[in-house]
Amino acid sequence: MRERIGQRPFELIALGVAATIATHASHLPLWLTFGAAGAISMRAWLRRRSAKPVPAWLRLPAAALLLFAVIEQFGTVFGREPGSVLGCGLLALKLLETEHARDARVAVGFAGFVLMSALLFEQSLAFTLGVSLILIVLLAALVALQPAPIETARPLRAELRLATRLLAAALPFAVLAFLLIPRLGSPLWGAPGRDMEARTGLSERMQPGAIGELLLDDTPAMRVSFDGVPPPPSQRYFRAIVLWDFDGATWTRERRDGFLRPESAQAAGAPLNYTITLEPTDRRWLPALDMPLAAPGGAHFGADRVLIADDLISQPREYRMRSATVYKLAPELTAKERERALALPDGFDPRSRAMALRWRNANDESGVIRSALDLFHASFTYSLDVPPLARDSVDDFLFSTRKGFCEHYASAFVVLMRAAGIPARVVTGYQGGWWNDSSGYLLVRNSDAHAWAEVWREGRGWVRVDPTAAVSPARIELGAAAANDASAWSQSVWLRALRNEFDFANGLWTRTIIRFDALRQKSMLTPFGVDSANQGDLLLAFSIALGVFLLAATLWAMRDVARTSDDALDLAWTRFARRLADAGVARKPGEGPLDFLSRARRALPASANALGELVQNYVALRYGAIEPAPERVRAFTRAVRNFRVSTRVS
Amino acid sequence: MSATIADLGARLLALAERRLPALTRLRKAEALPIRLDRRRIYVLPTGFGISFAILLFVMLLGALNYKNNPALLLTCLFGAAGGASLFAGFRALNGLILKRVVAEECHAGTPLTVHLAFASETRSRSSLRIRVGQIESAFALPAGIDSDIALAIPTLQRGWLRAGRLRLSTDFPLGLFRIWSWLNPDVEFLVYPAIETPLPPLPEGSGRMDERALAGAGDELSGLREYRISDPPRLIAWKASARHDSLLVRDAERRGGDSLAFDYAMIGRLDHEARIRRLTAWVLAAEAAQQSYTLKLPDAEFGPGVGPTQRHACLRALALMPHA
Repeated sequence: MRERIGQRPFELIALGVAATIATHASHLPLWLTFGAAGAISMRAWLRRRSAKPVPAWLRLPAAALLLFAVIEQFGTVFGREPGSVLGCGLLALKLLETEHARDARVAVGFAGFVLMSALLFEQSLAFTLGVSLILIVLLAALVALQPAPIETARPLRAELRLATRLLAAALPFAVLAFLLIPRLGSPLWGAPGRDMEARTGLSERMQPGAIGELLLDDTPAMRVSFDGVPPPPSQRYFRAIVLWDFDGATWTRERRDGFLRPESAQAAGAPLNYTITLEPTDRRWLPALDMPLAAPGGAHFGADRVLIADDLISQPREYRMRSATVYKLAPELTAKERERALALPDGFDPRSRAMALRWRNANDESGVIRSALDLFHASFTYSLDVPPLARDSVDDFLFSTRKGFCEHYASAFVVLMRAAGIPARVVTGYQGGWWNDSSGYLLVRNSDAHAWAEVWREGRGWVRVDPTAAVSPARIELGAAAANDASAWSQSVWLRALRNEFDFANGLWTRTIIRFDALRQKSMLTPFGVDSANQGDLLLAFSIALGVFLLAATLWAMRDVARTSDDALDLAWTRFARRLADAGVARKPGEGPLDFLSRARRALPASANALGELVQNYVALRYGAIEPAPERVRAFTRAVRNFRVSTRVS
Repeated sequence: MSATIADLGARLLALAERRLPALTRLRKAEALPIRLDRRRIYVLPTGFGISFAILLFVMLLGALNYKNNPALLLTCLFGAAGGASLFAGFRALNGLILKRVVAEECHAGTPLTVHLAFASETRSRSSLRIRVGQIESAFALPAGIDSDIALAIPTLQRGWLRAGRLRLSTDFPLGLFRIWSWLNPDVEFLVYPAIETPLPPLPEGSGRMDERALAGAGDELSGLREYRISDPPRLIAWKASARHDSLLVRDAERRGGDSLAFDYAMIGRLDHEARIRRLTAWVLAAEAAQQSYTLKLPDAEFGPGVGPTQRHACLRALALMPHA
């Protein structure tokens, strides 16, 4: 037990630990990345050359230094970022002292934990697959710690293969457990998803690309029930915040001097009546279907017709609303409003502005809008995985990265419009949602957060334009189609979106794994007659699944012992004895074949001849040669199969 | 401290065996071959296994708290792989057969080398550990062939030695579960008495005998007899055999006119065990020199003679002398 572990297990563990730390590389401070890499490679190199582990007088100060550095940098050791930095550092230090099997196992277990925490930062399919591969290395390291392996020419390969097979065997149950483990109703600590950022939700600041994570947050934002028929997905725009002011990087609505008079709204067409239950946001904005006609109690309209609650929404809030989907907002624009809706920061995005001016010179307003949408449609892709943008964010986005999500498109579109002299502003809110058919409400998640634009047209007022729809019509459909309807897979809209924007696997991953939540879990047991599964139902289902898997695994583990013999002759003889036992002549333990024969002959005189022939045949085969001839064994097996105990007394 | 823990462990085991009939049943010695099956294979998590479970729980809480599905999936995968390792480990023992147990010759005080013949019919198994008393050794079994596992058991005194219970265990493949079974094969090993060192002088008359033996060798056929299977080849008289067309061996019994006499009663001034050690040393010395000898014990007499049969009979009788 206290023996030093071998070179190969050690290096496998070092590899696993290094790879685990590497999964955190994107957010680790540089000093830690290099420090850990240096420590691990140094240790591996030294261990090859000499036997000594790093002494405690070196390790303990290093650990203290690490703790100090983390506190210095983050102010705390708790939370996701400081926790992961500390974890990676401690893992590297653990490797320094790893010399015995016990330490090695602790290191591997801890590495598994750190590996899992890497997924708190990044959840893409490729990343998760990479993490699973590292898990194989960690399991293989545990296998390598076993004494006395079977001698093989390639031990490493044998260990990796065994680890892979274990993982493959574990996959079905892991998936089932994943589906059935009841989710927590509310987090036990911290805020879900991110701790350093405030509660997720819409913000009065929008920096394209900065809050892409919000789109992965599947917590419910609000639930909407309609008095009549719900509006079609393409009209499910819930307006929350209007952003007017752009400083080159961030959209805000902080300048207050522009709000001079409330904009008027005229409804055309039948209004919709509905009730919204909003999850707490710790902000004041009340989203409402575009365009609200009256403010609910405890809230008022802002000048740009956003709904502002009188106090912070720290508890779930329910409000009745009435909205028009066809409307005219602010048919007249004041000079101040126009000025504010055309303002652009000086010295930013020169290429974009030049392009917009070119469009304006060649077209009317409609033509400019169409040019912008055509540009997006022709050569842009929808993606949540976006590199950070340069100082001229719109230029960088329009001319170099050319991929992004709603924020990028809304921001770039409004900048283009303003540069072309068309008043425009950014609107954020929610779009889409999941229609729950059985309960009759629309679930809107934080991941349904969306940003679009409004442009002011003479005679028509503020008109909603969603540039993201030009890039990815599926974004508008996807939000609505997410989860409620399996047939959405086959819809051509989805397939088109697939071809253009997402790659298939990533979409599948996002929809089935990342977005799986308590709500979907509830409806999962419907095929088994449980309409809305509560936690108890899920636990029961989980227990049943566990039982079934344990049974299957047990049967698998014992399968080759259940068969008494591999010997065909023995099998045939056993079958023969069983047949005679059925006829009332059971073979006694320890009874030789000839004694058995004479007893059987007396008991079954009608079959005496057949019995004699079979038993003599068996004796000749069994005792006549060391290896009975296979074809004769087959003949004997056939004879046994054809043998019937005759009850007719001759 | 560790002694207390070991003591506590032993008492717990004794308690468990009183309470659990399955364990008790296996305390009885059983005939070879012994085949391991599910009724006698036990499983408990190791310390690492328990820590692993705690770790999984923490990972689960973390993943659920942050509502992070990939992390939850990874946790499930990690846990399920750990669970699956239980069955892989069970398979490492299930169906294993202990075919034979053979011991090498051994004198008290030196370790007894026991050879265990294991057979694994269908698949190879690795990382098995066998433990007798405090001695543990690890081994692997290739599929299809009988493997010979040598184990050195310390011996303290002469006489019959029961190997006792052997614990066959494994924590293959991940070290999370200890899977074990007790083997108590119904075999006893004879431990010969210890040998007195340095070799005490042989009893009176040994010098003369050598000369007689040499003189007698000149006489054709006197001192020769027909070859028997058990005769060592070095006793074959090749020249005489060639002349007489049949294998002849020098018959040690008739080689000397009289042989050495090792008499228990004639050794004075020594206690019982010391006399046995001296007699043992003499028997071995006479055998090494191929001299005929007689062993006289209080209630039995062996010889005169020399050779494996005589040697074994004498050593066996000495080993089984009643303890004073």
